[in-house]
Amino acid sequence: MVDIRIPIGFMFSILGVLITIFGFITMSDTVMYQKSLGLNVNVVMGILMLVFGLIMLFFAFRKKKA
Amino acid sequence: MKLELSWIDYLIMIIYFVFVLGIGWFLKKYMKNANAFLEAGRSIPAWVAGLAFISTNLGALEVMGMTGSGMKYGMLTTHFYWIGAIPAMIFLALFMMPFYYGSKARSVPEYLKLRYDEKTRALNAILFAVMTILASGISMYAMALLMEKVLGWDFNLSLWISALIVLGYTYLGGLSSAIYNEVLQFFIIVIGLLPIVFLSLKDVGGWSGLKESLAPISSASGYAPDTFTSTWKYTSEATANPMGVEWFGILFGLGFVLSFGYWCTNFLIVQRAFAAESKAAARKVPLIGALPKMFIPFLIIIPGVIALVLLNDPGKGFVLPLDASGKPIYDYTIIMLLKQYLPAGVLGLGITALLASFMSGMAGNVSAFNTVWTYDIYQSYIRKRTSNEAADDKHYLRVGRLATIAGVLLSIASAYIAVKFGNLMDFLQTIFSMINAPLFAVIFLGMFWKRTTGHAAFTGLLLGFLMALLHHGLTVPAGATTLVKGGWIASLHTYPVEMAQNFWTAIIAFTVATFVTVGLTVVTKQLKTEDDMHGLVYSLTPRTLAETGPWYQRPVGLAIIVGVICVILSILFW
Repeated sequence: MVDIRIPIGFMFSILGVLITIFGFITMSDTVMYQKSLGLNVNVVMGILMLVFGLIMLFFAFRKKKA
Repeated sequence: MKLELSWIDYLIMIIYFVFVLGIGWFLKKYMKNANAFLEAGRSIPAWVAGLAFISTNLGALEVMGMTGSGMKYGMLTTHFYWIGAIPAMIFLALFMMPFYYGSKARSVPEYLKLRYDEKTRALNAILFAVMTILASGISMYAMALLMEKVLGWDFNLSLWISALIVLGYTYLGGLSSAIYNEVLQFFIIVIGLLPIVFLSLKDVGGWSGLKESLAPISSASGYAPDTFTSTWKYTSEATANPMGVEWFGILFGLGFVLSFGYWCTNFLIVQRAFAAESKAAARKVPLIGALPKMFIPFLIIIPGVIALVLLNDPGKGFVLPLDASGKPIYDYTIIMLLKQYLPAGVLGLGITALLASFMSGMAGNVSAFNTVWTYDIYQSYIRKRTSNEAADDKHYLRVGRLATIAGVLLSIASAYIAVKFGNLMDFLQTIFSMINAPLFAVIFLGMFWKRTTGHAAFTGLLLGFLMALLHHGLTVPAGATTLVKGGWIASLHTYPVEMAQNFWTAIIAFTVATFVTVGLTVVTKQLKTEDDMHGLVYSLTPRTLAETGPWYQRPVGLAIIVGVICVILSILFW
């Protein structure tokens, strides 16, 4: 009917890119990242989500070819 | 006090909303008949149904409540998972699913009709329909109140918007849409809450730092220093742990009666396995769900335990909002942790995770309600099937769709009743939570003892429920200020904590239902023939499960893996 990995993959890839870019833009804002103990969580989580999204898409489309 | 969100946070939420509604819109074209809409055409792969199974359970009240309990009871809260869920999920998968799925019943009440009789089905269907609406209304109320108090959103606006989004995708794509979205929501919940787990652990110096910081807090409350990081160690006496329950209550009350009642008979949950593509897949659904379920404590309970440390360290600036009577609102622990650690960006993700948990729970309620209403109430008592199958199908599809709208509207109505009469709603919810334990007794006896009769089952179900009510009316938890907590008839016994009262209410309901059903079965006549019960009862069903694939992909193999991991976790955190 529908391969749920495709929407999940796209959503996390889009959110991942968005949050990563936002993380880089706000890189110099040390006040903002005081909350997260000095760690730029946006870059970390953004990349993590992008990787997760791409893995989902990879498996969804690999199956389709077969 | 208010938490400011920035444009990026709103953008993340909007992208999430677009995807959930998009999934519903995409599935719309497949919704050609009632079966596709209400049962997902029994075509869902095991892993999808398995994640949906756990995601429905991971509703807003679960996430908020478990983090709050983590703060109140420490790691003892994991009993709701490792003993209070996993054994029951394994049992459901291996022993009950073959009969549920093989019976071709479309709902739990319908199984009761096939196995017993019409009146048993009617009693369960009506109680279930009311309970589902109440539960969905209460969680909607809790969510909107949280958003109002912490984010400053308008109560009515967030209530209606979130309800209409859920209505949107369940109306468009029915159970399939609810299930597929639950999988997406599951991942959003996990990923959205992940940063607070790491940041809060880092903040208190890891697990060993957490243990150290908890020791003085624990001693000051009169418990052993490592009570809040132990699970079974201090359960030999009820007074030695903050939960106020001893090992027997945990093992029998939570681990057996409450948990088997919830996981094995609650149609809201079981419906996800009913939608699986085959009997073998249906058996695997609860086990696939159990794998992530075991690790959810790390996501929502541990941050709650850490919050206890933060609250006791004025330097951290962590506070909980207070309710009208000046007591901290434990259920707000999770959102205050989001506020504590997350900057704009991941903060939006965290709030989206809370919204996703709310939606997965509510969509579960709505999709279970419309099925029970359409098949067990409407089709059984209002308009029965005719000879024209095609026209019937169209008709019931329309009824299912209308029931979806009605379900959402009734939930909204009950959310507003909760605004005005909060105590009344708490009370009703407590009462309706009493239907599961007797139901488990009756279904269990029906599945494994072919002699069990319909009259006995009906009476057992009813008396079990009434006795639970009576017990609740005659006992109170210590410090109760309202009759909602019990003792509305008289106060014969005082429990140290509310939890203990709940456990014993369930134990009594289960025991009464079992004895009444067994007793009456012996003196009443079995009206069903053995042919009627073929596929419904253990001893009358041939075991012809053709299972293929490597051992770890088969139900029994998976169950062993789940069981072993669960035992290891329990020992590690003993």
